[in-house]
Amino acid sequence: MTSVSSDVEPPPRGGPGRRLSTFFFSHSRARLGGLLALPLGWMLVIYLGSLFLLLLASFWDTEPFTSDVVRNWNLDNYRRLFEEPVYRNVAFRTISMAVYVTVADAVLAFPLAYYMARVASPRSRNLLVVAVLTPLWASYLVKAYVWRTMLGEEGIINWLLAPFGLDGPGYTTAGLWLAFTYLWLPFMILPIYAGLERIPSSLLEASADLGGRSVRTFFKVTLPLAFPAVVAGSIFTFSLTLGDYILPGLIADEQFIGTVIYTDRGTNLPVAAAFAMVPIAVMVVYLWGARRLGAFESL
Amino acid sequence: MIESRTTRVVLRLCAAGTLAFIYFPLVVIAVYAFNENISQTWPIEAYTTKWFGVAWRNEEVRSALLLSVKAALGATVIALVLGTLASLAVSRSRFFGRETISFLVILPIALPGIVTGLALQATILNVLAPIGISFSIWTIVIGHATFCIVVLYNNAVARMRRVSAFLEEASMDLGADGWQTFRFVTFPQLRTALLAGALLAFALSFDEVVVTIFTSGAQQTLPIWIFTNFARPRELPVVNVVALFMIIVSIIPVWLAQRLAGGTGLAADRPREGSVAASIETQP
Repeated sequence: MTSVSSDVEPPPRGGPGRRLSTFFFSHSRARLGGLLALPLGWMLVIYLGSLFLLLLASFWDTEPFTSDVVRNWNLDNYRRLFEEPVYRNVAFRTISMAVYVTVADAVLAFPLAYYMARVASPRSRNLLVVAVLTPLWASYLVKAYVWRTMLGEEGIINWLLAPFGLDGPGYTTAGLWLAFTYLWLPFMILPIYAGLERIPSSLLEASADLGGRSVRTFFKVTLPLAFPAVVAGSIFTFSLTLGDYILPGLIADEQFIGTVIYTDRGTNLPVAAAFAMVPIAVMVVYLWGARRLGAFESL
Repeated sequence: MIESRTTRVVLRLCAAGTLAFIYFPLVVIAVYAFNENISQTWPIEAYTTKWFGVAWRNEEVRSALLLSVKAALGATVIALVLGTLASLAVSRSRFFGRETISFLVILPIALPGIVTGLALQATILNVLAPIGISFSIWTIVIGHATFCIVVLYNNAVARMRRVSAFLEEASMDLGADGWQTFRFVTFPQLRTALLAGALLAFALSFDEVVVTIFTSGAQQTLPIWIFTNFARPRELPVVNVVALFMIIVSIIPVWLAQRLAGGTGLAADRPREGSVAASIETQP
């Protein structure tokens, strides 16, 4: 932390600047308004405004020959989503994928996070945090692309499995699951690590003193205390899987919510907008549940 | 330490395995950048550095890189201003709807990227285009700034939580006005957190593709160039080189930010003291 150097002696100022400062000091509402006007205005107008327009667009129509949007209000897009089984199947497949990816990430992340928080020395702990943080920030697109290279017919995965007489998943939904699990893993490790680190050792020692064996301590003390952190991590794994269209486009042989929206956006924006309400609705419910479970304190 | 010796050994093995899983693909992409062959089959038969030169001389790659850097700088500056303002408001005042601010700035990264992208595209096409504004670097910058604000905001809020409000009160008592207090007391303590946040915002923007595809029109940022060239087998050696470059460029700011802020979280450095106590208090 930078200390406040004492040799800086700001000259007392007069004039309009000082008067303005004084005004803002004595009118805390005005100061708050001044601070919040720009960021709040930006988020409300640009972001929430755009989301609201997306909602409006989902009630519009498309001219079938020119693909032009016609502002003719109706519920046809939503009726189509409910009545055509293909949309239902795609939505169900995507949400199931998000669940499978989240579970796989939680299972993979927990031992590493536990090791970082409770076994590693403070020095190697910091190194491990950097070691997990680095691939989290490494280009998403490149990581998606390298999985396409690795999962190819003559890629490294088939080459590694060949001596065992096995065949890799290739460009299938199973291959996609593997690649998704890889991509979002660091997003799960870091919140769990932070959550585990916050559990005081004294609680675990107390459990041991009271006769709880390590398995019992883990399931009765550690896991319940770390659960909000797992939920916090799952917000990322869930949301990122729901909205991805690049990785399914590169690897999967089936359609997902993202790929359908991506294909429809040019030819039929209103239908794409209506379908986009599905991941929004899922995430709103998910975020509400996560909040109830106390996950927001672990973010 | 209550974990038994066996548990610790098993955990160590699990941790090593997971880390190997995380790093294996990154090593693969680094190796592929030196692949002489145009086909991407494994094992690689011959190694070369010639594709680095080819990539460097590629005009499309260069202009895409330039656009990416410009857009990332623009987005970082906007996010820096807006994120800092919001964090100052939230840190030193209590007001109705305070929690909502945090929720609002995190929303662009909590909602799936395709939703944000499609919403911005709908706005550009239906609101901006009729008044004569079409896709440009500014539509990219606006989109990026929207989801970069949270990075600056989180870093600044976490730092403000550790900075005592007494220092600011003392400064005011000694006759400094609000601006002087910010300039000479608050800002020096906030500086490294803001720099770390700005570096992360730059990395986030430089790398972004999911939203950018919707806000860029026909323009190509470097990630979009990679995305378009996936489908062109003859370009894959150059894609490999650019991919390695992207990994390195997105990592360096994060390392610098890590040193500056000493953080652990996804974006924020969290307070050490107090958090343990706080977590106990919230347990029933």
